[in-house]
Amino acid sequence: MEFLLKFPFRWNIDMDAIDEAVRGFSVRHAAFFDVIKVGLREFVSLLQTILGWVPWWLLILLAALAGWKISGSKKIGLLYGAMLFFIGLIGYWDLMNITLSIVLASVVISLLLGLPLGILISGNEKANTIARPILDTMQTMPVFVYLIPAVMFFSLGNAPAVIATTIYAIVPVIRLTSHAIRQVDPEVIEAAKAFGSTKSQTLWKVQIPQALPTIMAGVNQTLMMAMSMVVTCSMIGARGLGNEVLIAVNRSEISRGIFSGTAVVIIAILMDRLTQGWVKNDGVKQS
Amino acid sequence: MSETIIHVENVCKYYGINKNAAVKMLNEGVEKDIIYKKTGVAVALHNVSFDVKKGEIFTIIGLSGSGKSTMIRCLNLLHRPTSGKILFKGKDISEYDKPELLDFRRHKITMVFQNFGLMSHRDVLGNVAYGLEIRGVPKAERDKKAMEMIEMVGLSGWEHQPISSLSGGMRQRVGIARALANEPEILLMDEPFSALDPLVRQDMQFELLALQRKLGITVVFITHDINEAFKLGDTVAIMRDGKVIQIDTPENMSANPTDDYVRAFIESADKSKVFRVSQVMEIPTCMMRLHDGISHALNEMKRNGVSSIYVVGDHMKLEGIITLDGLLKIRQENRPLKEIIVKDIPTTTRDTLISDVLPLAAEAKYPIAVVDDQGVLEGIVTKAAVLTSLL
Repeated sequence: MEFLLKFPFRWNIDMDAIDEAVRGFSVRHAAFFDVIKVGLREFVSLLQTILGWVPWWLLILLAALAGWKISGSKKIGLLYGAMLFFIGLIGYWDLMNITLSIVLASVVISLLLGLPLGILISGNEKANTIARPILDTMQTMPVFVYLIPAVMFFSLGNAPAVIATTIYAIVPVIRLTSHAIRQVDPEVIEAAKAFGSTKSQTLWKVQIPQALPTIMAGVNQTLMMAMSMVVTCSMIGARGLGNEVLIAVNRSEISRGIFSGTAVVIIAILMDRLTQGWVKNDGVKQS
Repeated sequence: MSETIIHVENVCKYYGINKNAAVKMLNEGVEKDIIYKKTGVAVALHNVSFDVKKGEIFTIIGLSGSGKSTMIRCLNLLHRPTSGKILFKGKDISEYDKPELLDFRRHKITMVFQNFGLMSHRDVLGNVAYGLEIRGVPKAERDKKAMEMIEMVGLSGWEHQPISSLSGGMRQRVGIARALANEPEILLMDEPFSALDPLVRQDMQFELLALQRKLGITVVFITHDINEAFKLGDTVAIMRDGKVIQIDTPENMSANPTDDYVRAFIESADKSKVFRVSQVMEIPTCMMRLHDGISHALNEMKRNGVSSIYVVGDHMKLEGIITLDGLLKIRQENRPLKEIIVKDIPTTTRDTLISDVLPLAAEAKYPIAVVDDQGVLEGIVTKAAVLTSLL
């Protein structure tokens, strides 16, 4: 009767063979993956160079002005500026730029892929049925699992970090874009059709503008999730603030951990508030 | 008025797969709930036929689920009929190819929606100009046209306001302006006033009538309110369970309902909004010509036992009324008859609704004169006739 209490079967999976196959695949197509790797690396360095050109005081000023404009309160603008100033003060300005360039690269790629995918899924019942479980998996799979193939195909550094971050962060923008377009008032879409709109006119002039606030919420979510991958990605060689946190953990340096952690939090809060404000301020536009 | 602009012939719309079985059961007279249970086919429309004449307001009335909304959406192919023909000026619209259909919707037929169907990301002007924008009218031109329409529906000054700042009645004005900006031949209105409160609704009905008369546009109007249907409709079609039960003018329909269902519907209607003056007016018995003498007038009054008499000129043109008091006065003083004609008397026309002459009848000292647009006396309406018509 033991089989009732203990699972009686076991499928002897040849894990080594799978690993071998994947490794073999990555070696055979190394040239292809190299192209992607170099492309991503160059993209990140480009963003880093651009961020490096922006003088520290200009960025602080911009953050303060944006905070003021969006919240309508001078105090909040000053607070945002002060928070950014603090990052420079504790010596993390350059590391912040590196982190920002990785995050921005991932977000740009996520949006470039995610927005069209979301639109595609919204208009196609079959695509939606296929996409949903895939998106669920991508979102619930422990993020560390992404690191393994990312490293296998793209070795260490910023390139696999961008890949892993993108896989993790692309989900909300796809999901919310699709959802946003689907929940547009059907009568408004009927009206667009009744006036003789073509499919693309309906999409661009009615569905997307009507869905924009929710789509922007998805963009904001994607940004936040990309931020949350910063520390994780430092494990596969991404530099920047995440790496500082990792070093602090490894060496049990509490002060270093707190300061670098605070810097990550400040960047996350600023990006969240500023993009959220952008969504809310996106009021009525004429034609 | 007589030219047919839309001809609908045996239009059916079924939702579901096993349509043949459903059709068979329908022909056997099985009810649509039972058909849905047995075959899974929902019958939205079954053999609907009617003609809409150019320049008329054609109202379709029915309870929810009667298929009226499906029917109106078949007219611009937002829904495609399962079978049957819909001819616009003799051409079957379901045979239009894509460009023809777009052209049809952009130039010939537009629609007003129950919940307005406005785009919240555009302001009033942007919404009204939408139809022109998608057909490629340059911005300056479409804005000019849109402004004209905004002015016509009485929203001048609101053109740059967001939709969210408007009341329900104002929103529907935007909806109407948007639909008219395209200069369509046919205006489809799907319960346009149902979401508005009763007072606003009455205003809007009145304005719609005025606009329709001004523009001479053909309107297909859906409603579940029999009063609204009778007030607005030149022709009224009653729908039930996806079928048309009766099509007629409001007067004929209330006089000869085809079955108990229609009768029940009509009994819920306010009769004063159905009957018109022409149905209660009488031939004036007591009248005189301008050149008839005083003694003739007195004799007429005496013969009819009344104290006032209508005076008509050439071709029965109404001049006014002469009262007994006035007559007695001038007979002693020997003055001309003309001086005592009371010109300021209540008049109405034969097409006026009884509900609109009620206040006149309540206040008038004399019967109300019915005149045509040339001022020719056609009859009179007494207070008693008005009141008894409501019983």
